Amino acid sequence: MALLSVNSLIKRFDGLTALNNFSLDVDEGEIVGIIGPNGSGKTTFFNVLSGMYPADGGEVFFDNHSENLLKLKTHQIIGLGIARTFQIQRPFNNLSVLENLMIGGHCRTRAGLFSALINLASARKEREQLKDHAREVMALFGTRLRSVEMNPAWTLSYANRRRLEIARALVSDGKLLLIDEPTAGMNPAESLQLAQTIQAINKKGMAVLVIEHDMKFIKKLCSRVVALDYGQKIVEGTYAKVRNHPKVIEAYLGRE
Amino acid sequence: MKLANPKDETKLDDLAGGSQAGIREQKQNPLVRVAELFALSKWYVKLLIVFACLMIPLVVQSNYAMRIIIYIGLYIVLALGLNVVMGFTGLLNIGHAAFYAVGAYTTAILMVKYGMSFWLTIPVGMFLGVLLGIVLGFPTLRVRDDYLAIVTLGFGQIIYIVANNWMGLTRGPRGIPGIPVPSLGFSDYQIVIESYPAYYYLILIFVFFTIYACVRIKDSRVGLAWTAIREDEDVAAVMGINLVYYKTMAFGFSAALGALAGSFFAVFQSFVSPNSFTILESVIIITIPILGGLGSIPGTIIGAIVMIGGPEFFRAASEYRMVIMGAFMVVMMIVRPQGLFGKKLYQPTYKM
Repeated sequence: MALLSVNSLIKRFDGLTALNNFSLDVDEGEIVGIIGPNGSGKTTFFNVLSGMYPADGGEVFFDNHSENLLKLKTHQIIGLGIARTFQIQRPFNNLSVLENLMIGGHCRTRAGLFSALINLASARKEREQLKDHAREVMALFGTRLRSVEMNPAWTLSYANRRRLEIARALVSDGKLLLIDEPTAGMNPAESLQLAQTIQAINKKGMAVLVIEHDMKFIKKLCSRVVALDYGQKIVEGTYAKVRNHPKVIEAYLGRE
Repeated sequence: MKLANPKDETKLDDLAGGSQAGIREQKQNPLVRVAELFALSKWYVKLLIVFACLMIPLVVQSNYAMRIIIYIGLYIVLALGLNVVMGFTGLLNIGHAAFYAVGAYTTAILMVKYGMSFWLTIPVGMFLGVLLGIVLGFPTLRVRDDYLAIVTLGFGQIIYIVANNWMGLTRGPRGIPGIPVPSLGFSDYQIVIESYPAYYYLILIFVFFTIYACVRIKDSRVGLAWTAIREDEDVAAVMGINLVYYKTMAFGFSAALGALAGSFFAVFQSFVSPNSFTILESVIIITIPILGGLGSIPGTIIGAIVMIGGPEFFRAASEYRMVIMGAFMVVMMIVRPQGLFGKKLYQPTYKM
């Protein structure tokens, strides 16, 4: 059984149909790439999946949960195991790198108002464990995040903020990671390094869905590629198949 | 601004890209450093401050000065409560006096009409405050920013108008006089709190309790969730933070502290009337954390001392003192918009 199965998902913005009967299955431990021209509905798909936009139709099932994901509230989704990053970076700017990561672990911790007020030992222990876990995740990126962990997120470089967002999503210990255009604004060396990091994440047993325009990146990473256009899936298959498919070329370049 | 030469401190790792371009750390506010030095870091500094606070009634002899100091304590409790909603969670609340009123009226009515002990009216007032805070918390899930300010403004007015018109319960504009003094102890051994020093120690306990609660919460999982909501609500929700729960919790917590201050106000004044809870009251409470620095606990305390003590300091200038305070506020907002102890918050130029 697939880890994530999306069945004929529909999302409309007034007259515009951003997602039109979009279906997709992701298996455990897979890296699936999503490509498509601008405005083809890639990011909308992520936004619907992570609960930021309500869907207009279709159903999404995840893991062993029998409930339709689209019926859940936004904050419940990360707890099931779906974490995401954003295309336009959205770190918590005035919080430190470490605090950003700790918020990623919010769904895995339980301490409430009263345990904080009476400074309960269990709450303190939970907090220390969360910090340790956040630092473990930081180690995936070498010393890049570790060396600036006490600095506010807005002081980070562009590439580091991307890393921060991925790390923040990873602290939630999910099973599926949604990454939206990770290499935008990165130089080739950094892209390569990021691809290796994503492979390392994948090896730890996390499935990855990645939206990307950089075809080299997709080629290196993805076992399967899905091409979108006008909210519809036009082709699905290996990189080689999708890359040369006439419909994909038409979507990007237009008909001759 | 002069940037440090990035080459001076470049590590090998940075050369591959992602250099920090000399921005190692946000340049720290010297006032914040002073506050950390004096208020937070060392245990003996804390002890010294507590000791100094305990000594005040022995040093200050005049009743007039004691009264001002007690009011400063009262406003510290109020402002720290509001700071939870405005500073930590980033929700503007122009109706904080409503919670203050609920605490004051609860204590007044229960003590005068039902002869309840002052100590028992405190939890009742706080409970009612929390309920009201939750009621106010709900609309905040649908409205944001400026619209939220209008909602809270209306809420404050509703409580004021209810207090002014519900003759059967609050006696309307005539107010509730003759609130008895609180006392502590067994049947024959009573410590009656009626002198200024006694009231001072009472409010000092409330202030310490409030500071303790705020510091604890700020450093906890709940505090982190609140700041995440302040930074970016949508991302906070995606990161698993239940906005309904945490926003109503912030309002509830803030309201409990507001009601606590109200209970004290009732016994201290021994008279409550709607005039004490007008919109002007809410505005004064708002200016305190803004002046001190939103989100900063020492800042809010200093803000209360300046805002409440300041006009009294200029009393010799009679009618001009409020003009001086007003001008001071204007200058403050131009020179230091982040407040005395506030960190300058980074605002992104765009939002998705």
